[in-house]
Amino acid sequence: MRKLENRYVWEVPVRATHWINMLSIVILSVTGLFIGAATTVAHSTSDYTMGWVRFVHFTTGYIFATSVVSRIYWSFVGNRYASWREFVPFVTADGRRRMMQTFRYYLFIDRTPPDVVGHNALAGATYLLVFLLYLLMVLTGFALYGQYAPGGVVSRLTGWLFLVISNQGVRLAHHLTMWLLIAFAIHHVYSAWLMDVKEKGGVISSIFGGYKSIRVKG
Amino acid sequence: MDEHSGGHGNGNGQASISQLLEERGVSRRDFLKFCSAMTAALALPATFAPRVARALDEVKRPTLVWLEYQSCTGDTEALLRTANPTVAEIVLDILSVDYAETIMAAAGHLAEENLDKVLKDEKGKYLVVVEGAIPMKDGGVYCCVGGRTALDRAREVCGGAAATIAVGTCASFGGIPAAAPNPTGAVGVRDAVPGVTVVNMPGCPLNADNLSALVVHYLVFGKLPELDAIGRPLFAYGKRIHDNCERRAHFDAGQYVEKWGDEGHRNGYCLYHMGCKGPETFHNCPTQRYNEKTSWPVGSGHGCAGCSEPQFWDTMTPFYRRLPHVPGFGIEKTADRIGVGVAVATAAVFGAHGVVSAMRHKDTSDETKED
Repeated sequence: MRKLENRYVWEVPVRATHWINMLSIVILSVTGLFIGAATTVAHSTSDYTMGWVRFVHFTTGYIFATSVVSRIYWSFVGNRYASWREFVPFVTADGRRRMMQTFRYYLFIDRTPPDVVGHNALAGATYLLVFLLYLLMVLTGFALYGQYAPGGVVSRLTGWLFLVISNQGVRLAHHLTMWLLIAFAIHHVYSAWLMDVKEKGGVISSIFGGYKSIRVKG
Repeated sequence: MDEHSGGHGNGNGQASISQLLEERGVSRRDFLKFCSAMTAALALPATFAPRVARALDEVKRPTLVWLEYQSCTGDTEALLRTANPTVAEIVLDILSVDYAETIMAAAGHLAEENLDKVLKDEKGKYLVVVEGAIPMKDGGVYCCVGGRTALDRAREVCGGAAATIAVGTCASFGGIPAAAPNPTGAVGVRDAVPGVTVVNMPGCPLNADNLSALVVHYLVFGKLPELDAIGRPLFAYGKRIHDNCERRAHFDAGQYVEKWGDEGHRNGYCLYHMGCKGPETFHNCPTQRYNEKTSWPVGSGHGCAGCSEPQFWDTMTPFYRRLPHVPGFGIEKTADRIGVGVAVATAAVFGAHGVVSAMRHKDTSDETKED
């Protein structure tokens, strides 16, 4: 027999950056798709539709970048569930075993989801990949943005990218990575839902309130 | 090439440029107009025009040699058709062109002797213009002039020059000869001749007014203008086409050409939707224009092809789409179609997983019902 215990898992910065990221990605994807495949929407040359769409995209880009950097910072000062160690389970034999455990559950080989408090090991490793994609988006996005003012701060920080990849290559990477992140979002919502049902730990509500129901031996 | 500057230019370097222009029937007024145009091209304040004129009056004519390798001669053509100044002014009077394959009278070993003489007598003082890419593969055998490879000769000539000007996209970045699969191993001058001062003036063709402005800058200030990270002068390549485009208001408004010849096209809307590479391309085409400032591609209703950017043939294609093809996928697959495919496949996989999971009632954490 086990007892349920409510444990504070996701601290405020973790939840805040999670939702800021989510909202940013939605706004950035919608505005980005319009920027990438613009069609005529204006009735007059005095309109400023694309101007505003780009303004929202760039502003949201700054917010998203700040959120991503804040979350990375928090992975060094936050609690153990927010720690960077959660995202590199594959460096230890135990972590690899736990990743495989989750993987087996996903493949319907095992019937019991692994007992975890924070992220499961497979999710942690996935989020490392997702954060690398975030950083790729921030880098390619700011590099493209910075081109409006060569020699400016943004272009000085990111202009080197064009010496490595062609301008069009940067755009293609920015575009395809958006689709990878959309695919991730689909998987993420599904997996959270699945684990909410199967773990019965309230993982969905935990990202709103911060508490998870943990089974402890008692 | 005529008797005026044939053989070697240092012999008649004493005559001032205005004197030479006068001899050729170019009025003082036209000369000052040219000075004003060059001042504007260099983005200098108008008050610099008299200084430009004075400097050009006093300057000693530098010797220039024009090397042509893997090219279509389009840059020579562009120069011969330059509006400011006329051909005679720039080629014969401002510069002493001692070697230029396309236009010199001398041929064969006599021509090569001219070049050797410049290398010896003007060492460290002459300017070199290179047009065309330089092949590196198999020791550079795919382009030879006078029995020597372009690579060998360019290293010798550029190595002894005060500065090298790579004109056109081929000389700057390899251009079309360097496009995949690049059978001859073509590269731009900077890669072929490392360690020398190279100014890149890409464009297909080069905008000759920009070359004139560069030479004027060199003559007036005695040094090269400020360059960007890939060797392009900022006065001509410091801003994107998109940021100075005459159709920019339509871009910001949200008015695009969506089909060739549609209403938007007839109204001069933005060509972004049709794959215009103005947002990817650093060049002063919108302000400098071509053919005596008559027009330029976007001005005449066609999107920018990005011709002055590195690897333009490989990366700016397809010219009528915004994004390149995704490597490994079919020609008609755009990034968005692949992206939608990835998203739909993800939804399908996890949707199916959800159906299976829903039917498996006993796979939850242990003893939860009692809790």
